[in-house]
Amino acid sequence: MANKTAVQATINGEDVEFLCEPHQSLLEVLRDVLRLTGTKEGCNNGNCGACNVILDGVLVNSCLVLGVEAQGKRITTIEGIAPPHGLHPLQQKFLEHAALQCGICTPGFIISAKALLDHKPHPSEHEVRHWLAGNLCRCTGYDKIVRAVLDAADVMAVEVSK
Amino acid sequence: MQAFEYIPATTVKEAIAILAREGEQARVLSGGTDLIVQLREGRRKVRAVIDIKQIPEVNELSYDPATGLQIGAAVPCYRIYGSPAIAAAYPGLIDAVSLIGGVQIQGRATLGGNLCNSSPAADSIPALIAHQASALVMGENGERRIPIEEFCIAPGRTQLQRGEILLSIHIPPVSPYSGGAYLRFIPRNEMDIAVVGVGAWVALDQSGTTITAARIALGAVAPTPLYVPESGAGLIGKLVSSETVAEAATIAQAAARPITDMRGSAQQRSHLVGVLTRRALHIALKRAGYKSA
Ligand SMILES: Cc1cc2nc3c(=O)[nH]c(=O)nc-3n(C[C@H](O)[C@H](O)[C@H](O)COP(=O)(O)OP(=O)(O)OC[C@H]3O[C@@H](n4cnc5c(N)ncnc54)[C@H](O)[C@@H]3O)c2cc1C
Ligand code: FES
Ligand code: FES
Repeated sequence: MANKTAVQATINGEDVEFLCEPHQSLLEVLRDVLRLTGTKEGCNNGNCGACNVILDGVLVNSCLVLGVEAQGKRITTIEGIAPPHGLHPLQQKFLEHAALQCGICTPGFIISAKALLDHKPHPSEHEVRHWLAGNLCRCTGYDKIVRAVLDAADVMAVEVSK
Repeated sequence: MQAFEYIPATTVKEAIAILAREGEQARVLSGGTDLIVQLREGRRKVRAVIDIKQIPEVNELSYDPATGLQIGAAVPCYRIYGSPAIAAAYPGLIDAVSLIGGVQIQGRATLGGNLCNSSPAADSIPALIAHQASALVMGENGERRIPIEEFCIAPGRTQLQRGEILLSIHIPPVSPYSGGAYLRFIPRNEMDIAVVGVGAWVALDQSGTTITAARIALGAVAPTPLYVPESGAGLIGKLVSSETVAEAATIAQAAARPITDMRGSAQQRSHLVGVLTRRALHIALKRAGYKSA
């Protein structure tokens, strides 16, 4: 059927080129073509946030973006969050606050939280809850996730002021 | 997902030519938050998907206090509420734009897509109607402007003819002592489809006490978003009071033709039209500068 298209994008700071069919979502491309399986599929229709990535600085559901739409774009996935050694403060705080159980929602939450803190380094609790409303978690009851994000924001503020 | 050809159009002319040639077999891709889901679920079958996001004109977002607000068809929601000048001038539009999906939906979803998808429950449409917005449409034979209240003709169907594309949405300049609001009822706090939505807009005289113009539009209570001119007309020349607002709400209730479905019963919807019309009008009045005694 349709021919494969060559797409160039920058993923987690690295220039990549991949082949994909027009009907493949960015989520399928990340997982099945590029083997970046940290990004998860939950609902595949925009409701759960497990597939969230940052596309040119904007938080999006990768299941609602076509792989071909990534042409020329910068994408950050969960694999691009941690520094070369150690963990990102968000990852560290998710561990400390036990903000995950089964973990399938975690990459999506961390990406969403990262996009929030990039955009607003000192969010209120209400802002965190509002921003994370598009991410579903069946295990934690959300409270620990909200605490972890608020705590990470504090830690990052201290790091910046150092 | 079904296979299709992906065409990243770079000019309006190119997009129109493909739409004219392919008819129902081609579909415009804006943010994709409706279209990609529909293609995946097989609710829509197409041979070609025309991405319009690389066309410069449809990405323009401009606000000028003298001429009003122009929103290109491919401008995502976050850019609209991200502009402090637009947010200050049109809080009633922002009400709607900032509750479409969650933040990650707003990163992609456009008002153009919300309008062209023509869902009876689309949140931006009652707000746009209340603000007297119009759609600029272009086809092979040139441009035409359609008032938003006439744009949707049935669920999933619009005034757009074969070969026509929505270019932009225009909202008139803000008149003094005017204000708008949009409210919806959903069973949860975020991320749901409206059981009822109400857009309201009012203008007051210089004393800030008498209504000089008003527009009410309803969502999810008819096959298309519903403009209720008689509800606004009944307010003209009246002094602001709870009674006048309640009368307008009763007229809106009478115009609604709600159905019972999984989201709510007709009776509940009718009740909600009354409650939300009153509340939306009160917010709009406040934004217009009315100070309750
Ligand atoms: C999880 C989730 C939550 C949602 N929540 C809400 C909500 O709260 N409220 C709400 O109203 N909607 C909601 N939606 C629906 C959707 O996000 C909105 O309708 C959105 O505004 C659609 O815009 P889009 O740019 O993504 O449209 P697209 O999917 O790109 O397009 C929608 C339709 O319009 C056509 N089209 C788009 N642009 C043009 C154009 N310029 N000319 C001609 N035709 C065009 C397309 O061909 C398609 O048929 C939600 C969707 C999801 C997945
Ligand atoms: S998999 Fe994309 S939102 Fe659920
Ligand atoms: S930890 Fe299991 S879904 Fe969130």
